[in-house]
Amino acid sequence: MAWKEIIYQYDGSFEGLLCCIYESYTQKERPTTFLSDSDAEPCLYEIRMVPTVQEHTERIERSLIKLSPDVLPFLRRAFLTCLEDKELAIYNFIAKLYKEGSAYLTRLSDDDYQPLLRAVRHLTGEVEKLRGFLRFSEHGGMLSAEIEPENRVLPLLRSHFCERCHNECFFIYDRTHREALFYANGRSRIVPLDSFEPVPPNAEEEAYRKLWRRFYDTIAIRERENPRCCMSNLPKRYRGTMTEFQPENDAVQAFSAKDSPQQLIEAPP
Amino acid sequence: MELLEKLTVLSDAAKYDAACTSSGARRGKREGMIGCTSSSVAGCCHSFSADGRCISLLKVLMSNDCSYDCKYCVNRRSNDMPRVSFTPEELAELTIGFYRRNYIEGLFLSSAVLGSPDRTTELMIRALSLLRNEYRFNGYIHAKAIPGTSPELITQLGLLADRLSVNIELPSEASLKALAPNKTRSAILTPMRQISEQSAESKSELVKYRSAPRFAPAGQSTQLIVGASGESDRHILTLTQALYGRYRLRRVFYSAYVPVVENTLLPSVGTKPPLLREHRLYQADWLLRFYGFSADELLDDSQPDFDPRLDPKCCWALRHPEFFPVEVNHADYEALLRVPGIGVVSARRILVARRTGPLHIDDLRKLGVVMKRAQFFLTCSGSLATPLRLSQASVASNLMAIERASLPETEHEQLSLFDLTG
Repeated sequence: MAWKEIIYQYDGSFEGLLCCIYESYTQKERPTTFLSDSDAEPCLYEIRMVPTVQEHTERIERSLIKLSPDVLPFLRRAFLTCLEDKELAIYNFIAKLYKEGSAYLTRLSDDDYQPLLRAVRHLTGEVEKLRGFLRFSEHGGMLSAEIEPENRVLPLLRSHFCERCHNECFFIYDRTHREALFYANGRSRIVPLDSFEPVPPNAEEEAYRKLWRRFYDTIAIRERENPRCCMSNLPKRYRGTMTEFQPENDAVQAFSAKDSPQQLIEAPP
Repeated sequence: MELLEKLTVLSDAAKYDAACTSSGARRGKREGMIGCTSSSVAGCCHSFSADGRCISLLKVLMSNDCSYDCKYCVNRRSNDMPRVSFTPEELAELTIGFYRRNYIEGLFLSSAVLGSPDRTTELMIRALSLLRNEYRFNGYIHAKAIPGTSPELITQLGLLADRLSVNIELPSEASLKALAPNKTRSAILTPMRQISEQSAESKSELVKYRSAPRFAPAGQSTQLIVGASGESDRHILTLTQALYGRYRLRRVFYSAYVPVVENTLLPSVGTKPPLLREHRLYQADWLLRFYGFSADELLDDSQPDFDPRLDPKCCWALRHPEFFPVEVNHADYEALLRVPGIGVVSARRILVARRTGPLHIDDLRKLGVVMKRAQFFLTCSGSLATPLRLSQASVASNLMAIERASLPETEHEQLSLFDLTG
């Protein structure tokens, strides 16, 4: 008999998604869509709220680890990507993996595997780029930075910046996903944060920004200018939060961070 | 002079140095020190300048007050320009300030020759030990070893830096004599040999004792100027191969000569830098390091220079029709790497993916193979990727048409299809 089709609602965490998979296999249901708590909307189909139960999560985790130790880290990464309907993609991947066994993991060009691989590659690339492109500002000994990534990169940037800035106190705000990574005295946390207003730079900070902009402009060789190469290595979407692309007084950075477009339009000139 | 002005002059003077990587060193975090380099072996690009080159390190000269008079160089003695030097404190503060803000991965320190090579290196050592010991900097440092420096000083420099480099500058003794009269081939190769020996020694010591001093843990690199003198690509590539083999260099950089001075021995000031030639050399350099090619295979007496219209790998493939087509489902890794359009990553993926079943043409595209190039050179389970059996000349013209889109405007010219294969 064909499995019943249903919509699952879960708490938006990776553990919650694994519980949905448990639910699907125990109830013999095939989820057609996944909703996380935040995007609940009325719908004609049956929606079931799947609670996150640690026991169920661990059951699925064990089954995956048995197939290959690499699957779980891969899926955790896949869950952080901005792939559309990533839950469904992950579900389909796991379903196929259960059916075909660990040999499925070598079928890199499979239609249910390749999109995930590509999405994870995109995520990894973005993490790699942001390690370099992220810019801290200093205010009274504390470092702060803002980023605007497509994928949820903070969990993956965490270990890098905690090691690099181990003797500092810093935080990184993710504008896209409205969350922030805090670090102080060897301990770090990622918490949801609705908005963040950067402190205007002090004289020392301003001086360093100026020095950096000057260095950036001087180091290019005029005779070799190559906008296309520059653009492909450093796409425009990263430039909004990078010091060297902000005008001297930093007005733009301050605006885009704290005001919605609506407020900007209504504000008197 | 104000710091901003100094930085402008001294980074402007350092910009022609191509080496700006922070790769190859693992320095974990240490209590009481600032920073580390361990996050990624491949290094980290912090920005890209308008010429498309990666900015990874704060690339500056210690000083531009040079006593040498190399004809091709902006800092030569006879050039009338402001002469400035950083104090060690300024340099250290600038490095730390930039590093903390995540602008850079570390410092690239070079210098003009102040009086003598030894005196210059002593100044660099003073600045670097201040940065390492007083300012507790644990990030990446790339230092230039100046030809003619005494071995003891090179040793000290190597213990402070992650990577050292000695610039070969010009690819032959004759060009050196003509254009850089203060430098000689042996003065350049002596420190290079010393660095390669000491670096290897330090590595084997480290295996025995964990706390053994690290001498240039990220090895050494060098740079050649392309287009200032008359050497052929073959000469340069053979030299490169020897440097990788004999001196265990991590990288050889090529720098297309940008005319900065009018001299009868040099290309005139209006000449455009030979960027395409530099690009082809880098492509060939990759083939040497990662694809198992040797310099003799890529170029020989009958063809001493690269074809500007096609990349070196395609050229090799067109000259060796007997090697193709390669059967994707059976060929070994080395053979796959020789197919144009298949790279290191896609070759590895093919090896994994074909374990569970034969691959088809559609799979290859999903695995990242560039089919517009590869289609002429491979078969999948016995069937060709292109329905037609093409002649060598038409394959060449097809590949050139693909390549032309990515070449700069000026390189277009009327082609004769039969030149290449004839």
